[in-house]
Amino acid sequence: MRVRGPTLPAVTVLSLLLAVACARAQGPVPRADPEPPANAESIQIGLSTDRISITSDFSGADLTIFGALDNADPLINRQGRYDVIVVLEGPARPVMVRRKQRILGVWMNTQSEVFVNVPVSYSVATTRVPQDITDPINYRQLALGADNIYIEPLDKDLDTATIKEFETALRQLKKTTGLYSERIGGVQFLTQSLFRATLTLAPNVPVGTHKARAFLFRNGIFIKENSAQLVIVKAGFEQSVFRFAHEYSLFYGIFASVLAVFTGWLGRIIFRRD
Amino acid sequence: MGIYLPIAEMSVNIFVLLAMGAAVGFLSGLFGVGGGFLITPLLIFYNIPPAIAVATGANQVVASSFSGALAHFKRGTLDIKLGTVLLAGGIVGSTLGIYVFSLLRQMGQLDLFVSLLYVILLGTVGGMMFVESVNAIRNARRGVNPSLKRPGQHNWIHRLPLKMRFRASKLFVSIIPVLVLGAAIGFLASIMGVGGGFIMVPAMIYLLKVPTNVVIGTSLFQIVVVSAYTTIVHATTNQTVDIILAMALMVGGVAGAQYGAKAGQKLRGEQLRALLASLVLAVALRLAYDLFVRPPNLYSLSALGAL
Repeated sequence: MRVRGPTLPAVTVLSLLLAVACARAQGPVPRADPEPPANAESIQIGLSTDRISITSDFSGADLTIFGALDNADPLINRQGRYDVIVVLEGPARPVMVRRKQRILGVWMNTQSEVFVNVPVSYSVATTRVPQDITDPINYRQLALGADNIYIEPLDKDLDTATIKEFETALRQLKKTTGLYSERIGGVQFLTQSLFRATLTLAPNVPVGTHKARAFLFRNGIFIKENSAQLVIVKAGFEQSVFRFAHEYSLFYGIFASVLAVFTGWLGRIIFRRD
Repeated sequence: MGIYLPIAEMSVNIFVLLAMGAAVGFLSGLFGVGGGFLITPLLIFYNIPPAIAVATGANQVVASSFSGALAHFKRGTLDIKLGTVLLAGGIVGSTLGIYVFSLLRQMGQLDLFVSLLYVILLGTVGGMMFVESVNAIRNARRGVNPSLKRPGQHNWIHRLPLKMRFRASKLFVSIIPVLVLGAAIGFLASIMGVGGGFIMVPAMIYLLKVPTNVVIGTSLFQIVVVSAYTTIVHATTNQTVDIILAMALMVGGVAGAQYGAKAGQKLRGEQLRALLASLVLAVALRLAYDLFVRPPNLYSLSALGAL
């Protein structure tokens, strides 16, 4: 599946909604409902493809994920008290946060802190304003939301205030660059059990394995989680250049120099002055 | 029209790059300089990461100086032997520069160091040129003949050992200052992404007493080889050479240089120098502004490789 950024407004990853048949192996559920009812609800999401290739002119797109509720209580459903949060989490990478300070009048990087497992991207779609779905405590326990994902510092001996400060700066920077995004109302129920989640893919969405996760809440209580994997790869000429530059860097360098010499020579031929 | 830079991993406007290349090419043709010292800061102002701006700048310098070196080679205004000794020093300096570059990059001080070097060097060279050219313009207005002060025929540099004869330059000089000069330029080439002609040419004239007619050709010859070497080493150690970016700049630059050279023939020497000096000072001030004014965001992120 190829996605050309500006020309195609939405990446539609269709789900195969075979309600029972696609019961997948589920990841560990962080926190189960204290008293699960007899016919427990569950949530399913499916992707029509597990691989998206984006071309180099990709300038961001919407990713649509379809999903369904199983065993939904019709009464609660009518009252609109089921809530769904869908998250697309990018691969985790170590990140260094640096802070500038004024030294002799010059602004320079002084302090830094490394965080080991920062998701490169994190986009969220919710049915409602997050505060209305459940308590902040639940979000923290589920590590759900850009402000709650657990980010582990490399140097744990630093005082907590400093770590906190760098952590806040990190989340803030990720939000400003659009890599961490939140779409309130991005999840919409199409029927009583079928929903559609629209997530934002930033123009600089990282390549690698992304994890789509759907969380189901009933009356503010977390019920179930389901996840699916999605690999994003870059395709096209520019990607080949990137690979060549990294895998055969010596040849790349020689080629770049030869190309420059050739351009200089050609320029002299075309615009001969003497 | 957007174009994606595979190494910088960002989308930029191709016309901005072509215009940038053409403008710098025009100026380099006008003033007879390589233009590396303008390209790299311009790329930084255009939000290209400094590490990529520097390495790609070095690549662009290869194209612009090769054009010039070829012309001098055909005219015979090029001292291959002197150039070879210079570039032997240049290779050592460039290798050292790349090492310092990688080290600074790891420490997160590369951007600062590059900006500081630019501010100091451009500020000094631009300031000196400005004063000199304004004085020359004033003297010309007053009708004073420019007194051709010939600097003393020999200075301490000519008393150093390990002398070598350079026939094309009619020079008998110790190779130590030649190697040191080459190394210093090579170091700057790899850290700043410049050819270094704006330091090399005066140093050769005033320190080594190389005859003016072979200075530019020889310095260009040295710059081509050292920049090509710098490009290759940057590509292998830092993977920061963006070939698409370099191509866009080269195409604009090669075309712009021709028109610049034509325009240069209509202006007088000291006026040209005053103009170039103002330009160099403006770039230095713009870079200094970013250093001294509180940045909008004090925090920055950098991705790390595998830990």
